[in-house]
Amino acid sequence: MIDTVTHAIEDTDHPQPYAELGLKLDEYERIREILGRRPTSSELAMYSVMWSEHCSYKSSKVHLRQFGEKAPKTDALLVGIGENAGVVDIGDGWAVTFKVESHNHPSYVEPYQGAATGVGGIVRDIISMGARPLAVMDPLRFGPLDAPDTKRVLPGIVAGVGGYGNCLGLPNIGGEVVFDETYLGNPLVNALCVGSMRHEDIHLASAKGVGNLVVLYGARTGGDGIGGVSVLASETFDADGPAKRPSVQVGDPFMEKLLIEATLEVLHAGLVEGIQDLGGAGISCATSELASNGEGGMHVWLDRVLLRDETLSPEEILMSESQERMCAIVTPENLDAFLQMCRKWDVEAVVIGEVNDSGRLTVDWHGERIVDVPPRTVAHEGPVYERPYHRPSWQDALQADTPDSLPRPADGEQLRATLLNMVGAPNLASKSWVTSQYDRYVLGNTVLAQPEDSGMVRVDEETGRGIAISTDCNGRFAKLDPYAGAQLALAESYRNVVAGGAIPLAVTNCLNFGSPEDPEVMWQFAEATRGLADGCLQLGIPVTGGNVSFYNQTGDTAILPTPVVGVLGVIDDVDRRTPMAWGPDGELIYLLGDSRDEFAGSEWAHHVHGHLGGLPPQVDLERERLLGEILVAGSRDGMLTAAHDVSDGGVAQTLVEMALKSGVGARCWVPDGVESFVFLFGESAGRAVVVVPRSEELRFTEMCAARQLPAHRIGVVDSGLGADAGYDAGEQVLQFSDQFTVTLAELRQAHEATLPAVLQT
Amino acid sequence: MARVIVDVMLKPEILDPQGRAVQGALGRLGMDGVLDVRQGKQFVIDLEGDLAGERAALMEQLAGELLSNPVIEDFTMRVEA
Amino acid sequence: MRIGVVTFPGTLDDQDAARAVTIAGGEAVALWHGDDDLKGVDAVVLPGGFSYGDYLRCGAISRFAPVMNSLVPAAQGGLPVLGICNGFQVLCESHLLPGALTRNDSLHFICRDQRLLIERTDTDWTRDFAAGQEIVVPLKNGEGCYVADERTLDELEGEGRVIARYLEVNPNGSRRDIAGISNARGNVVGLMPHPEHAVEALTGPSIDGLGFFTSILTAAVNA
Repeated sequence: MIDTVTHAIEDTDHPQPYAELGLKLDEYERIREILGRRPTSSELAMYSVMWSEHCSYKSSKVHLRQFGEKAPKTDALLVGIGENAGVVDIGDGWAVTFKVESHNHPSYVEPYQGAATGVGGIVRDIISMGARPLAVMDPLRFGPLDAPDTKRVLPGIVAGVGGYGNCLGLPNIGGEVVFDETYLGNPLVNALCVGSMRHEDIHLASAKGVGNLVVLYGARTGGDGIGGVSVLASETFDADGPAKRPSVQVGDPFMEKLLIEATLEVLHAGLVEGIQDLGGAGISCATSELASNGEGGMHVWLDRVLLRDETLSPEEILMSESQERMCAIVTPENLDAFLQMCRKWDVEAVVIGEVNDSGRLTVDWHGERIVDVPPRTVAHEGPVYERPYHRPSWQDALQADTPDSLPRPADGEQLRATLLNMVGAPNLASKSWVTSQYDRYVLGNTVLAQPEDSGMVRVDEETGRGIAISTDCNGRFAKLDPYAGAQLALAESYRNVVAGGAIPLAVTNCLNFGSPEDPEVMWQFAEATRGLADGCLQLGIPVTGGNVSFYNQTGDTAILPTPVVGVLGVIDDVDRRTPMAWGPDGELIYLLGDSRDEFAGSEWAHHVHGHLGGLPPQVDLERERLLGEILVAGSRDGMLTAAHDVSDGGVAQTLVEMALKSGVGARCWVPDGVESFVFLFGESAGRAVVVVPRSEELRFTEMCAARQLPAHRIGVVDSGLGADAGYDAGEQVLQFSDQFTVTLAELRQAHEATLPAVLQT
Repeated sequence: MARVIVDVMLKPEILDPQGRAVQGALGRLGMDGVLDVRQGKQFVIDLEGDLAGERAALMEQLAGELLSNPVIEDFTMRVEA
Repeated sequence: MRIGVVTFPGTLDDQDAARAVTIAGGEAVALWHGDDDLKGVDAVVLPGGFSYGDYLRCGAISRFAPVMNSLVPAAQGGLPVLGICNGFQVLCESHLLPGALTRNDSLHFICRDQRLLIERTDTDWTRDFAAGQEIVVPLKNGEGCYVADERTLDELEGEGRVIARYLEVNPNGSRRDIAGISNARGNVVGLMPHPEHAVEALTGPSIDGLGFFTSILTAAVNA
């Protein structure tokens, strides 16, 4: 028997399983208050899913407000926070939309499908803004590389990201692969997508025009992910492991490819008034959000939804998270053309509703009213929590436990051994075992891709205008000081974008944290959002949107606070980009910025000593901005052959990566005033290594001096060092003054062996 | 109604890396003495009416042309009432 | 010089193939899978991608598309056809080329810059290369392992119908390191790597791939 509105009015005290659906008692009572009666079971399902942490952001809203309140004034922002994704003006009438999202818990339960559907979801967010997707990126975080469970989840997640993204025809241009013990039961799968459109093509998720039709198109609705959102993302795992198996969605990338083509065609043909993708909370979300944003009312005939499984109840249909579905608002006049365009692509479409100005969202099931709610209360007026937070009791002790007394390499031989050890550390080693499973070439516009600092794609084939994106976060820094850690993540991402020669314009973020019910975790979140908001204001680039993932913890162990920051930049002509490989002999290698004795949270302290403590490197956003201006000017005016930012592993890692990419050695030395070990492995922020042709050296160094950016010559590209160093004449080596020499072959072996040794089956 | 079951397997001489991967996994999970694993596909096709005469011949033809690739695969077909 | 580029549902590299044709100096003509009209083109490219999601087998469903009803007899009659990656799979499933493509022996999808040896330079698609020329073009596939029985492989070798072979690394387990083959006449060529991704220095590892697209223009002129 169907639980109708009429029945709910009559049978007012019927007990309802609100707790099992994830609602607290006060939330349930609030729903009763809003409706003036008990909710029907369908309404209860809708509220439970839409008011879950993952959908409503109830624990994070009060903190995320800062991104709007502290947003720097910029003309570049065409659509701000609140829509599916932010939209940024990149000039010449082009706009770009980008966003990163998490799919952490589903990926622990079912790695392949969890990761695959994560990619699917973010791509749909981008097309629902009216953009053609250009590229994807994926920041991934796992437990220790050699942990048995890492070998269970990592290959599946990578295969899922590749399997779905490759099949859609989207190049994977970057991301991260990070290993830390705190991610062992809680791998992080964050998925980013970027798309472009002309200004006039921007579409918003609103249902305007009384009498317009609500069309559901794409895959049929089945039992995927029933309750996935509220069940999975809002609860931590208990120590017994992934018992919540049946709630994972299964993706069909071929259907999504058809959906993309059909959607772009109907958008460009002007057949759509509003559009929304169906992600977490499926039909509940799409209808309540569309209704909230438009005339304020909508009626839905739920029995018209095309089903894969005829046994689904109306509650299940409303909650289903079947993939590859979109919802469009279409005028009656345009309906035939819309349906025909869908048919061309073999995409099923059906009218399931109608826009009205009743101020209510009503849903009928075979003529009986099962939902009658004010849509804003479902989609936008969910509970807002002011979760208590306080600085962890252990924070002071952690910050006082500096790495200063850890034993350091004392001579050239020990430095050499440390270097070979470090370049093979899981976090620093080559990630090509992962990245070679992704197509980087499709669409023919990829100009820079991993392991370059940023992913850069050409947007306009005629003018060469392009965009660059990087995603970064050092969770160890964030644990030592979440405020500074978030700013360091922002700084690193900003630095990676400018290194390629692009001008930063906007920010997205994926904030991965433990349980918001833990006041110490909540403090980390509050500090990180405050740091990010303050940092964005200072750098003059706004947050355009993002995602929060809470409950990433197993029992009492939360993950490192991991605020992943993505920065998007624009470049006038991708031909002018600065890659990381250096060029001919004689070119000069310069280190820009200040090197200090800063090892707290460093990869050296972590990998060599298993140590985490102290205060993270100093943040100087004005320096980052200055460095950015120099790198962009250097790129634009042809003064630089190569550039690479300094981050994890310090200058040594930067130089090794540049050398291995170019296949050519160099003679390097430690600049005056810096001790060798600090120079090689310290992780001070605000630095980059650049390579300058001799003909440009004076112009470049004068520019740095005039702007007061420290620039130290630290090396010369040299392919002929082999013989003098005691090797064969053609052997390529990195020579560090009189301290030590190491061949590129040895470095390559150490750098490239780590992941395959563990993951190759 | 007729139910047609078509089983498709790679020809013996074709490398089956998926079967090999499964064999390794079985061993790692404690299953001793696995001599070989080959992975294939099964199609379950429900038809109106029964399968006779020309229709049966067509089904057999399609099994050999569409459902399997005769260059690398063999198939068997059976009908359940 | 009009070169048709076919789009099946799920085709991904059609735009890239069209770009390569344009850069080479030809006119790219879009051909739809559901339409059996070849529009009088002088040659056809079947591009890469995941047509029909690679469901059933790669290329197995595409080969029955209406456009193939016209293309197969045209190819048998001498129309030059280049099948790249998924296109190669369609050509094998249609029996325009012998053998088949199966799952990579590593079981992983692999995207890498692949060194190739061009062995046969008298086909419509390889005329602009020198015999024994080494080129670097991107390879990206999960089902790129070329297999055929020994008799067929010997026949291909004997008749000089192996047009390209993998060098340094065999990325997918293909028999005899075969990266590309032709039919007896030399008008139909299947190639696993992607020359259309090596036509611009800005976006590819080289511009070595352009030779495939300039060759066909030369061939047509000489026809």
